[in-house]
Amino acid sequence: MGSIFNLQQIINGIQIGSIYALISIGYTLVYGIIQLINFAHGDFYMVGAYAAYFAVMFSAARKEHPNVLIVLLISMTAGAIVAFLSNRIAYRPLRYKPRLSALITAIGVSMFLEYTSSAIPAIGPSYRAFPQSALIPEHTYKIGHAILSNYQIVNVSVAVVLMVVLTYIVQYTRIGMAMRASAQDKDAARLMGIDIEYIIDFTFIIGGALAGAAGLLTGITYPRINPYMGIIPGLKAFIAAVLGGIGSVPGAMLGSYILGFSEVFGMAINSILGEGIAYAILILVLIFLPQGLLGKKTGEKV
Amino acid sequence: MKAKETVQDKKIPLFKKRDFQLLVGTVIFWAIFYTLTKFGMMNLYWMHIINVSLIYVILTTSLNLINGFSGQFSIGHMGFAAVGAYTSATLTTIVWNLPSHGVGPFSLFILSVILGGIAAAFIGFLIGLPTLRLRGDYLAIVTLAFGEIIRVTINSIKFVGGPRGIPGIPRFSSFTVIVIFTFLSIIVLRNIIYSSIGRALLSIREDEVASELVGVHTTYYKVLGFTVGAFFAGIGGALLAHLIQYINPLQFGFMATIYVLIMVYIGGVGSLSGSIVAAIGITFLSEGLRLGLDKLDQVTPFHVGPEWRMVIFSVLLVATMLYKTNGLMGDMEFKVLIPEEEDENAKHGA
Repeated sequence: MGSIFNLQQIINGIQIGSIYALISIGYTLVYGIIQLINFAHGDFYMVGAYAAYFAVMFSAARKEHPNVLIVLLISMTAGAIVAFLSNRIAYRPLRYKPRLSALITAIGVSMFLEYTSSAIPAIGPSYRAFPQSALIPEHTYKIGHAILSNYQIVNVSVAVVLMVVLTYIVQYTRIGMAMRASAQDKDAARLMGIDIEYIIDFTFIIGGALAGAAGLLTGITYPRINPYMGIIPGLKAFIAAVLGGIGSVPGAMLGSYILGFSEVFGMAINSILGEGIAYAILILVLIFLPQGLLGKKTGEKV
Repeated sequence: MKAKETVQDKKIPLFKKRDFQLLVGTVIFWAIFYTLTKFGMMNLYWMHIINVSLIYVILTTSLNLINGFSGQFSIGHMGFAAVGAYTSATLTTIVWNLPSHGVGPFSLFILSVILGGIAAAFIGFLIGLPTLRLRGDYLAIVTLAFGEIIRVTINSIKFVGGPRGIPGIPRFSSFTVIVIFTFLSIIVLRNIIYSSIGRALLSIREDEVASELVGVHTTYYKVLGFTVGAFFAGIGGALLAHLIQYINPLQFGFMATIYVLIMVYIGGVGSLSGSIVAAIGITFLSEGLRLGLDKLDQVTPFHVGPEWRMVIFSVLLVATMLYKTNGLMGDMEFKVLIPEEEDENAKHGA
């Protein structure tokens, strides 16, 4: 037990889980309201990472020290704008068409964001080094044999603060109440005078902002970004959302941390196992526990 | 009522007119390009594109059987192609180590292609059995996961080269072989679609609960359709491996499936003709854009490289979904692809 379940792995698990949590909240919110697996969500995260990259490069070129909060705000705004636009342009016209056409459109939007980014000369298809030390100088702390860097502390604390804010919005504000009502029953919510389209826009904006923040945090901890960086984390975050029970925000957070830990421990045992464990979890959950850990059990409507 | 009796009473001729037309058309198509290459009048590059596009016809029509005709949503199709490609390439290259000439090796190659299809069908059956009870988007995500698992598994098997892949596969997939396999798979898929199996699949697509209520064994037919689709994906993969002579796990990733998916949905969900047209059209458009964008790059002051190709495809896909949800051909078919018996049914509304 000692070699695998040590402190270092726990630190890494918490950190990866936090990033998955930020992305999977967006998935779960959108799915809860319009039942769409937004394949492009991982790309909102990529957009956030690039927005942060350009913000840091811009201030570095002007020989200024970039403010972390402002960079965070910029990447969240970028993620939110892209999410809002893709909802308005691609998903909204298909709202009352069969659900699968919206799913294919989501795949199209995802491809569009990836390939456009790699085709634009300023971004390009190759990997770029994220200038994380220009943003925050690195410190490492030793706890026993484990190494904890301040990047990981920033990463986890920003994620936790954002999740607390999100929980507050969803649980204690009027718009949060409207979101929950729309997720429960769209038609009844509309009859109560809730502007569904406005709520959907707002959901996309929140989801995009969280994904953008996750992009910045990933850039800080794993300083390597490219236009296709969103595919795999997006998929894994979706798996986390399914594991926690899609539509449930606490479920998405729980699922993300479980997934983060199992990946880190799986990777410690065998790298191939670590790569495949997320998919195996997904399949097992869907076959044996389709409603997820915290999701509500719903019957098929005829 | 009377019409039905006559249909059943009528003697079925040995050669049906439309089957004959289809066969003649294929032979003419084959003869033209075959002679052109024989006399060196055909650019080998374009010949290669024709071969690739015909293999994409197999992949697209087989995915259309799953996604279009039976209304399931699989996005792990290239995983099955990978199984087919790896099975046949392992047999021909690693196990038998065949030379690329001779009748004996060639018949072994044909055997390996069919074995590749059977292996893919077997994996498809194993995957389909537990997962096809899921619906819609959940099924999509599970097939995606299985496609990735197949890829990760192949990546870890040392015997087939792991991430390095299999180089030096003999080039058995000639134009003739590809045309024959494409023709056969179209015919088989068409016959399935217009048989009782096809009717059952269509009823499942239209309303699964209702078709179950009228006695259609939905799970059986869904798994059957999935297995047949996987079989032809395996055949397509095996042919592709022996055409480009090199395979690695990355060729069969998620993006490769998306490429086939684009062809299915742009061509038309539930239309074999649409799949055929889209597979050929998009393969050529893709190559044409590669050249065209290069040319455009030379005349415009700013840079427009071939990397915009995929951007154009993604816009095309989104636009098709927004303005023509069922694809360009909808569910229309070319007349040669509809069996003659169908005319009677259509006329009398049966």
